[in-house]
Amino acid sequence: MEADFFQTMVLTFKLASVTTLILLLIGIPLAAYLAYGTVRFKSVVETIVSMPLVLPPSVLGFYLLLAFSPASALGEFLTEQGIRLAFSFEGLVIGSVLFSLPFMVHPIQSALSGVPRSVFEASYTLGKSKLTTMTRVVLPMIRSGLISGTVLAFAHTVGEFGVILMIGGNIPGETRVASIAIYDEVESLNYAMAHQYALTLFAVTFVILLLVYTLNKKSLGGIR
Amino acid sequence: MILINITKHLNTAEGPLEAVFDLSIGSGEFLTLFGPSGAGKTTLMRCIAGLETPDTGRIEVAGETWFDSDRKINLPPQKRSVGFVFQDYALFPTMSVRENLLFAAETAEQKKGVDELIALVELENLAARRPDTLSGGQKQRVALARALVRRPKILLLDEPLSALDPAMRAKLQNELSLIHERMGVSTLLVSHDIAETVRLSERLAAVERGRIVRVCPPMEFFSSQTLSGKLQLVGEVLKIEEDFPVCVVTLLVGSSIVRTVTAAEEASRLTIGEHAIISTKAFNPILLPIHEPKETP
Repeated sequence: MEADFFQTMVLTFKLASVTTLILLLIGIPLAAYLAYGTVRFKSVVETIVSMPLVLPPSVLGFYLLLAFSPASALGEFLTEQGIRLAFSFEGLVIGSVLFSLPFMVHPIQSALSGVPRSVFEASYTLGKSKLTTMTRVVLPMIRSGLISGTVLAFAHTVGEFGVILMIGGNIPGETRVASIAIYDEVESLNYAMAHQYALTLFAVTFVILLLVYTLNKKSLGGIR
Repeated sequence: MILINITKHLNTAEGPLEAVFDLSIGSGEFLTLFGPSGAGKTTLMRCIAGLETPDTGRIEVAGETWFDSDRKINLPPQKRSVGFVFQDYALFPTMSVRENLLFAAETAEQKKGVDELIALVELENLAARRPDTLSGGQKQRVALARALVRRPKILLLDEPLSALDPAMRAKLQNELSLIHERMGVSTLLVSHDIAETVRLSERLAAVERGRIVRVCPPMEFFSSQTLSGKLQLVGEVLKIEEDFPVCVVTLLVGSSIVRTVTAAEEASRLTIGEHAIISTKAFNPILLPIHEPKETP
């Protein structure tokens, strides 16, 4: 029982960590595109990024499940490559990345919009490339936006239920995460175990958030 | 020698404008672009820095072509040797004063020059401070020093002193003039402050509606607007009140408020916010007495 518990908790935070890392990598360029891009497809991209905010998780999960199933073109192609996404950890990561995308992109996007254009231009006239400007000047300036995005995306992934239930199911060690486990334990009237999961999630997320906000406030001290 | 001959389509508050700028700046010269806002002064500076692209024409700096629409040459800002001082200073808030300057430095020599520049703008005691903790005048000095780190061929100052109070303005004008003497860098200043223009620049280029209408020494420019007066004051029109049969005009001259009476017809030629000349003859004043502003307790 205890081994099950730890396995589930480790899986939960592994999923959240991997998802958050991937989101950071794709979230920054995407947010930069949305904050500064002038291309006409911008509204479409913006809409797609924001969709998970209003869409029921089961809708996203349902379509992902259809896409992953060997009956679909994508699923068939993946099966031929020996990749199975439905009811697998990799599938969960893809679902979570899509589902938590706005929570990472929005804070970064709004922080980027707050950086004056003249700061970029000053850096360019000082001979710095766009990449150098981004990494040395802009990213340090939007630190708090990056932290908010990371924390929100992480917390949101930990608390995710609908998408995971649809595409992952309840396979111990593979797709059984804490939120699913709680539901499962309650269904089988095992309230003590459900309580153990719930309280752990509650405590861990509280501590993470508290730590991040305290550190963030401290290090920002002089600025802002 | 800096040669500029460009055209650019502008969308101003008063509608579209085909700007044509033709200007040459001598090596080490201090030239001011003077004119009302929306005339295209800032656009010209941004075109020189490569932050905006002219529609047609050429920009050549010290024998190097920075822009040529015929030969399809358009160097990015990074490749142009410019120092740009922005109106909002554009300092990097996460870096200290020294780090702001060091960020700009590329060669070992430029890195060594950083401390010298910090001393030149009298910021030795503040070198470790973050920009947010500095006053407007101090931020301006950091921005100026940072723009000079790379020893640019041209220094572009976009209304750098407009946000400062008059006393700080005067002090920084002095410093700017000293720095220009010391470093000998060709400098282009955007300003609509007459005192600043006269004090700092060797030549003035008057810009109106996207055209450079006149280039001459600043004193010549301002005194050629002379009537046949003996005493002249230039001020900004703040208020025009009709008080039949005359008009009471309130102007800002230097830092004092001046009220004067003029004929309604003369007043109709004045616009609030624009500059006007008060002229008086020695023994036959045209204008009625001026009320000094009251001392505030």
